[in-house]
Amino acid sequence: MITKAGVKSLTIVQAVNDALRTMLKEREDVILLGEDIGKNGGVFRATEGLLEEFGEERVVDTPLSEAGFTGAAIGMALNGFRPVVEIQFLGFIYPAYEQIMTHAARMRARTRGHFTVPLVIRAPYGAGVRAPEIHSDSTEALFTHMPGIKVVCPASPYDAKGLLIAAIEDPDPVLFLEPMRSYRAFREDVPEGKYTVEIGKGKKRREGDDVTVIAWGAMVPVAMKAAEEAEKKGIYADVIDLRTLYPLDKDLIAESVQKTGRTVIVQEAHATGGLANDVLAVINDTSFFYQKAPVERVTGFDVPVPFFAYEDDYLPTPARVLHAIEKVMNF
Amino acid sequence: MELDFPMVQVLNEEGAIVQPAYREQITKELTMSMYRHLIRTRMVDRKCVSLQRQGRIGTYVPYEGQEACQVGSALALNDGDWMFPTYRDHGAMMTFGRSLTQTLLYWKGRTEGCVPPEGKKIVPPSVPIATQLPHAAGAACAEKWKGTKNAVIVYFGDGATSEGDFHEGLNFASVFHAPVVFFNQNNQYAISVPMTRQMKTKTIAQKALAYDIPGLRIDGNDVFAVYFKTTEALERARNGEGPTLIEAVTWRYGAHTTSDDPSRYRDQEESKKRRETTDPIKRVERFMQREGWWDEEWVNQVQGEVNAEIEQAVAEMERYPKANMSDMFDFVFAQPTWTIAEQKEAYLQWKRGMER
Repeated sequence: MITKAGVKSLTIVQAVNDALRTMLKEREDVILLGEDIGKNGGVFRATEGLLEEFGEERVVDTPLSEAGFTGAAIGMALNGFRPVVEIQFLGFIYPAYEQIMTHAARMRARTRGHFTVPLVIRAPYGAGVRAPEIHSDSTEALFTHMPGIKVVCPASPYDAKGLLIAAIEDPDPVLFLEPMRSYRAFREDVPEGKYTVEIGKGKKRREGDDVTVIAWGAMVPVAMKAAEEAEKKGIYADVIDLRTLYPLDKDLIAESVQKTGRTVIVQEAHATGGLANDVLAVINDTSFFYQKAPVERVTGFDVPVPFFAYEDDYLPTPARVLHAIEKVMNF
Repeated sequence: MELDFPMVQVLNEEGAIVQPAYREQITKELTMSMYRHLIRTRMVDRKCVSLQRQGRIGTYVPYEGQEACQVGSALALNDGDWMFPTYRDHGAMMTFGRSLTQTLLYWKGRTEGCVPPEGKKIVPPSVPIATQLPHAAGAACAEKWKGTKNAVIVYFGDGATSEGDFHEGLNFASVFHAPVVFFNQNNQYAISVPMTRQMKTKTIAQKALAYDIPGLRIDGNDVFAVYFKTTEALERARNGEGPTLIEAVTWRYGAHTTSDDPSRYRDQEESKKRRETTDPIKRVERFMQREGWWDEEWVNQVQGEVNAEIEQAVAEMERYPKANMSDMFDFVFAQPTWTIAEQKEAYLQWKRGMER
């Protein structure tokens, strides 16, 4: 849908598609690999129309083999290509974990920069769409913990396109997490053609002086909703969308939490070992003496992401976030 | 390399027995039992698709067209055997003894659907691809080392043969002569990717050569070929002769899941044509007609009974107590860790506060 010259109103999944199309046009070294991404256009249609436009040599339907095609993509990246692989759901990435952890993420370090792996791994992640079991994981922290790979997680169509293009142009491996629940939830104006959103920079989605709410991916709309509810009670929140999960935007976090002195971090994933703890460490390291209340974390639990009959109780909700906001306000 | 793995049939498309050696064993009683299971699994599958369309269950994985693979192989098992299914094998699971209500609960997103009936070793379906093959190899080794005569069957699709776990599972089982039958349902499509794109080999059976185990290619729409060949492979396993790879060639008529649209990647005419020619149920009907065993009244009665069973199970599923969110905390460890205990308590407290 074209709204004005040079701008299209797109959903997140359409913005991903637009970014891939833009980069396939822009650079001959870009190649897409994954299961059902060609003829089927991807199970979420993220690669719809790309096989027809760019051919089988650039949009490759691979055998059903996450370790195999991720490993092959590492080989292609070593040899001059910019592969973008699609993992159908983040919960199916684990066979490829060794390839990413042991090879993609440390090739540069092992060879003093002689060999590099400019690889992008895209994966829809997260719960909330009543998907079958194992289709709802949000294990971003397994990758933010992994040295040598950047982790990006857009929450909006504009950022999805700009960050994906930045990831493809990045000289190092990037895991690009797409919030499945937000794929078609809303539209946003997205410029046509190439633009980038800088990796490593978060974005303030809402301004307020009382409390800072930090979220990423599918939790950004949850944080925004909670901030709206808080405003009705006279509490004004900064909402920070991290956008990049590794490396964190330390300055943006510090600026906001030093202003408000009260923080709530919203994380869909399990509590222990989650990214919220790293955000907390940033706050501790940069802004300890500004804090007026202990930081609250609203997270999933230390349990496997449950079957969908239980997922409403697993996922952080605006009500839970609001409760945490009130708790830090009333400390 | 062109290798000769001819497709074994016992009952051909016209409903004629083409392997006289099995003639004696194909009694009216066996045939009627097979037929009953076949139409039961088909009727359940169709009901589940319609329940999904009505929003009464979640995303569903249909198997219509593959009933002979699942019924024939499950009926070949002994009560003490193990079953390691995939998400498309609830036909096999039901035939082996999982209740229809449990099947429905699984698709309603309830863990109750993963608990097998007492004494039945039916492991929950593996959702990632091929991961269950090494489990099956290990469970089979354990049976062998315990000195039992129990065997293991593990199901997987054509796409699964591309995963490392396929190779690792078969290799492990072959090294230790594990009593396991690797039952491949080659429905020729891994979601949208046809077999020709999945692998260069012409058959899946020939992959057995690499592990020095028997590889067998059978007509997966021929319930008798499936039943007898699986029985023989299980016998080999029980007798200490090790694993067998069976490739049962079949076809899924419908979508990969209810979220999938197969018209995007294949000609729907093919499925229509196959319904008329190679359907696993039609050929048993033709056989029964040839034998003079076909009894319209009996068929109506069976359909009525299955319908009643389905309606009762649906009612039971819908009457089932609401999902208890405590369940997600309580079954993670034998004893909850302090983190889980605290998280549960804090959440319950907050929830009670919300309800007030």
